[in-house]
Parts: sequence; structure tokens; C-alpha cells
Amino acid sequence: MKQIKGVLQFLYLTMSICLLFILTSAAGANQKDTEQVPGRFMARQATKAKTVWSTTDHSKHKALQQEFKSGAAITGACLSCHSEAASQFRQTIHWTWLGGSADSAKRSGKAGDSLNNFCISTNNMQDKSCSACHPGWNAKDGEINCLVCHSQAEEMNWTETFEDFHAFSGSGDPEELELAQEIQESILKSVQNIGRPTRKNCGSCHFYGGGGDGVKHGDLDSSITNPNKDLDVHMGLDGQKFECVRCHTTVNHNVAGRIYSKPATTDRKSLIEDDLTPKIMCESCHSATPHKSGSKANDHTDKVACQSCHIPQFARVNPTKMWWDWSKAGKKKKGKPYKTKDSLGKYDYMSHKGEMKWAKNVKPEYFWFNGSINTLTVKDVIDPRNVVQVSAPVGSREDINSRIFPFKVHRGKQPYDKVHKTLLAPLLSGKDGYWNTFDWQKALTKGMQAFDLPFSGQFDYVETSYVFPTTHMVAPKENVVNCIECHSRENGRLANLSGFYMPGRDSFKLMDIFGWAVIIGSLCGVVLHGLGRVFTNGRRGGK
Amino acid sequence: MSEDKMINVYLYTRYERFWHWLQMVLIFLLIVTGFEGHGLYTLFGFERAVEIHNFVGLAWLIAFAFFVFWVFTTGEWKQYVPTTKKMLAVIRYYLYGIFRGESHPVPKRKESKHNPIQRLTYLALAALLLPIQMATGFLYWGYNSWSDWGITGVSLELVAFVHMAGAFAICSFIIVHVYMTTTGHTIFAHTKAMITGWEEVEKDVKIEDWERARGEGLSLR
Repeated sequence: MKQIKGVLQFLYLTMSICLLFILTSAAGANQKDTEQVPGRFMARQATKAKTVWSTTDHSKHKALQQEFKSGAAITGACLSCHSEAASQFRQTIHWTWLGGSADSAKRSGKAGDSLNNFCISTNNMQDKSCSACHPGWNAKDGEINCLVCHSQAEEMNWTETFEDFHAFSGSGDPEELELAQEIQESILKSVQNIGRPTRKNCGSCHFYGGGGDGVKHGDLDSSITNPNKDLDVHMGLDGQKFECVRCHTTVNHNVAGRIYSKPATTDRKSLIEDDLTPKIMCESCHSATPHKSGSKANDHTDKVACQSCHIPQFARVNPTKMWWDWSKAGKKKKGKPYKTKDSLGKYDYMSHKGEMKWAKNVKPEYFWFNGSINTLTVKDVIDPRNVVQVSAPVGSREDINSRIFPFKVHRGKQPYDKVHKTLLAPLLSGKDGYWNTFDWQKALTKGMQAFDLPFSGQFDYVETSYVFPTTHMVAPKENVVNCIECHSRENGRLANLSGFYMPGRDSFKLMDIFGWAVIIGSLCGVVLHGLGRVFTNGRRGGK
Repeated sequence: MSEDKMINVYLYTRYERFWHWLQMVLIFLLIVTGFEGHGLYTLFGFERAVEIHNFVGLAWLIAFAFFVFWVFTTGEWKQYVPTTKKMLAVIRYYLYGIFRGESHPVPKRKESKHNPIQRLTYLALAALLLPIQMATGFLYWGYNSWSDWGITGVSLELVAFVHMAGAFAICSFIIVHVYMTTTGHTIFAHTKAMITGWEEVEKDVKIEDWERARGEGLSLR
């Protein structure tokens, strides 16, 4: 009896302990959804006032109620009130297209010597097709076009609009005069409808960089103009409806967030530490410990950027270009240039651009990143035996400012000088440009002349890579990257990052072998011993 | 030998039994979730496995503190004092005598629960292997706080290595330990003892003074 009672007592005790463990860990799981996570709480506070307000209605301003015959006249009207806007704006990278550089000898930026592996270079701003995105009426020569960023009306082709206006308004035909009147009305509509930049304003250039929708950035394309929460949890129209400037906060027309040779910001301050800090970092609103307290995810934020887990894939709606091989350019069918499309409906071959590859739902590549990107210039000497990194993230595990960060890596082939061992910048548009002549020699000669740099005349193609930090298209928290996608033995997202021990990914091969040998040895030992007892029918063996 | 030569001895107190089986549950959970974290298989999912492993590991630390208190306040620590006396006899028994149906050279008594091999094994386990496993586990768990704790010169790699080696050692112990429970006078005699506290042992066995962990006499039924 006593024994049975003992057994029952024991069973009861063990079971209650087990239950206790299961219950407490289950309670932890349920809490997750209801508990106020500090980061989410802070982010909600920062976005409390969702209505954007203004103290002015630009359509009521006398300065904007006139007939505008040129872009410069519009700018003049803007500046008649916003007296400092032009002098501010002309200092910004949006106007200069020159990035500050740690190395002052380097002239980095699109308007400088920097290169990429798309259309390669602006040829010192001499390739006019690049200027389509410059926010001036006539690229850098002339007045600022305030409307590109500030007009909320339909986007307009201003060169054509003013050409048409002048053609029709000078006519004696009443019908043409009426047309001129209509054009002027559309001009006024654009001029009088002014506000802070919207996703559409910013997107008119930033979604189409590289000559088309989603060519350059994998996380910025026209799908972001009116995204849903699934595509971007901040910008989603069914959610917070963030405009770009909500995070890209601006001081004196300097928009926060440009990543070139310098980080977008060096501080990872939250708004409670400094309410005037730029809101460009996730930490600004979410703090450095945004997850439920005690959650392992909070322990990751010192080494892993938020984006690494919260952007599982980029180009989730529209495809993005992943490969651009200039060496294949120039093929013709029946003497004529041609284009072909891939299964995504994107050009995979264009005679004047070469071979392209597009992809959707792309998993980023991950690198240590301290916010700086090292970009090659047209003057840098390269090693054509290897893949040339036209741009590469700067950072290392030892650097406390570095995080593991997700990137789109755009690869391709582009021309280089076999003698001088530099990348070459062909002139593409215009009379002498490659797109008109299909003559590499001429395009490269003209293109390098624009820089006053030598071209030996001997060129070949080298494979190159170019990186874009992935920071938009932040997914809802249900869709974040799962632990196992990095903490796994094979094909983990961070398989290429070395120099540190990562649980789940790394192991000690020899010790594993030895460990299993010991375990198997123990098993064999006891099995043999047990069999020995059975066969010898030794003490207590067979009972 | 006949049954009337056997007596019932109360070997394991309620706490001792509870501690033993609690350890079993905790170690089982730790091994299962630990090897999942090591990338061996998918059972709970990496995240859940790590959460469980951390939770159970910390629970273990607390439970172990109670064991340390128990082992010292009850004087049971004396059961773990190693000795070489009769050790060769015990080794000989398990390698040879057991197959010949011989009696165990060091039978269990309340005041002497462990034979020399057990003393050494359990001492190594309780004083070395488990503390190492707890220390490395705690360090592993607190990896992000190392700089706050002033810990430098230790790498996660080293901690992981030792913790993993410890895990293999514990697995090996469990295999042998579970097998050894079958070597009582019946296959489940030892297991039954660890559940009820009472074990049947042979009568009229002289307990040497050096063997004694306790001063009082036998607890007989």
C-alpha cells in the first residue's frame, strides 16, 4: 500500500511540475500579441497626428495667379515668398548630384566621377538623357523646378508644355488660342496645387532610376506609389499612409537619408532621446529594443539591422533588374535594333542596352554595413581578373556602427580600358551616343573626353556588381524572416558571413564526430553488456 | 538467493526522488531542444526550441540551488565522497561477476547508497559536468550582456564548444545510467526504488565504517 501511495504521490508531483512548465511557456506565447511592445508604442506615439495640416492655400496667392510663360517665371513666383528656398536647395545633393566624400580628392556623385553598372555615368552631366531627373528647368543650368517635388497636380512634361503654349498663343487662330488657354490652365493648376512632397513626387525620379520602373532599387518602384500594408507596413494606404517625408525628414531642403560615401545619419537616437533627430533610422521611432522585453530579437539589434529581418524579400510586386550585360548590346535583326521580353513582361534584350535579367520576390544578400558605400569612380584602377565591385558596402563585424544589412546586388558586364585598367564611361544619348551610333569606340571616346580622361582605344567587358541597401518594403510583422532562415546549417541567409560563431549555423565538425562516436560507443557497450547477461543467464540478467 | 534473504530499505527520501525525476524531465527537454538548436532536426522550430531551452535552463539553475542546499544540510554530500576502496571489486563485478550471478560487492544501504564507481560518477556529474554545463549555458544565454558583466577574452565559440561537449557527455551518461538501472535483482528494481523510495536489498550485509555516510542505523521496514 505504502508503495502504491508513494508511486501516486510521485506521479502527481512530476505531472504538476511538467504542467507548470508547459503552462508558463504557453502563457508567454499568448502574451506576445497583447503586451505593449515598447518599440511599437513609441512608433505609435510618433505617428499620432495623422492629418497633415497647412496654414496656406497656394491657389489664393496673388503671385501664383498670373500667366506663366516659362519655368523660370514660375520659380520667380515661388521665390517671391520663399525667399531662401533657392539658395538652400542649390546646396543640396538633389541639386548638385555630388556626394560628400571622406576622400576629398574624389569627386563622388552622379555629376562627379562616380560610376554604376546601369547607364554607367552621366559623363560629367554631358549625357542629356540623365538630366530628365534633375530638378531644374534645364538641368543644372538655370532655375530650380520647385514643382517636381511640390506640385500635387498631374506630372507634366514641362518642355513640351511651354513649347506648345508658345506655339499656340502666338497664333491668330481662335481655336489654337483656346488650346493655349487650356495649356495655361493646366500650368496654373500645377502651380497653385502645392504641398509637401508625396510618394508620387519622390517616386517620379526615385522609382524610375536607371531608365525604368524598378531598374535600380529593388525596394523602390511604382508599386510604392499606392502600396498596401503587405507591401510596406508604414506607407500602406490601409495602414499608416506614410509619405516618404515622414521618415525622410528635412532641414533647409536637405532631405535625410541619402546614403553615399557618408551614412544617412551616424546617430541611432530615438525621438525620446532627441526629439529633433532625423526620423530616418528605424530606431528613431522604434528604439533599439523594439520587441517584447526579454525577447531574443532585442538582443540582435546591436549587430543585425532591423531591415534584415523585416524585409524578407524586395520587389514583391514589380520586378527589379538584377543583371545588365552591356557586352551583348548592338545585335540587330535584319539590320535593325530589336527588343525581346521575358516572362515577367520586362525587356530581357535590347539592342541598345544589351542583355537584362529581371526578378521578383528577391531575397536580399547580407553584408556588414556601417552606412557608407564605397563607389568606384572613372579614375579608379580596377583588377579585371575579378568581379569588380563598382559599389560595395563598408563595414565589419568589429565596427560597433556596423550591422548586418540586406542589399540588392545588381550584377552585369560593362566596358573597361584594357590598357589603363579603368572602367569606361560611354556616352549613350545624343548624336554621338551609343544609342544612336551603335559604335562603342566612338561612344567611349566621347564619353571619356567629357571627363578629360584618356581612353587607350582598347576595351573589353568586365563583370561588375553594384549594391543598394534595402530599407523600404518593410513587411508586416507576421511576415518577418524566421530565425531558422539564418540559424540553419545549410543555405542560410547569412551563410556568406564569416568570422563569428552563429548558433544553429556553425558547429565543430570534429567534436560532433567525436561526440556521436562516444554516444554510439556507449550504446554499443550497454547493448553488448546486456546481451552478455542474457546469454550467460547471469545474475538478474534474464528476469 | 531466496527472497527471504531480502529486506526492504528506504533508500531515497521524497525530495531526493523528486529531484531525480525533475532532473530527468529538465535534462530531457534540454537535450531535445538543445540538439534542435544545434541544427540536428526540426521539432519545435528553432525559435521555440531556443525559448524552451532558455526557460528550462534557467529553471534548472534554480532547481540546482535547492539540490545544493539539500545535499549540504542533510549531510548527503558524504555519499559523494570518492573512494578507491572496493573499486576494483566493483569493476571486476560489472566486467565479470555479473555474468556469473555473483552478488554485488557493495550492496546499497541507506547510509551508503553509492558504490565507489557511482560515488565517482555522481561526484563528477554534480560537481563538474553539470556546473560546467550550467556555467556555459548561463554565459551562452547572457551573451549580449557580457560587456556589462565585464566578461572579456571569452568567445561565444569557446562557450558553445564546451557546452556542446558537455551535452554529448551527459547523453553518454544517460545511456549508461539507464542501462545500469536494469542490473538490480530485477530489471526494474532500481527504477522502482527511485519512484517509491524503497528497495529490496540483501540481508545481513556488513557496512564498513568508511562506507557510512550516516551515523544512524538502518531504516528497516
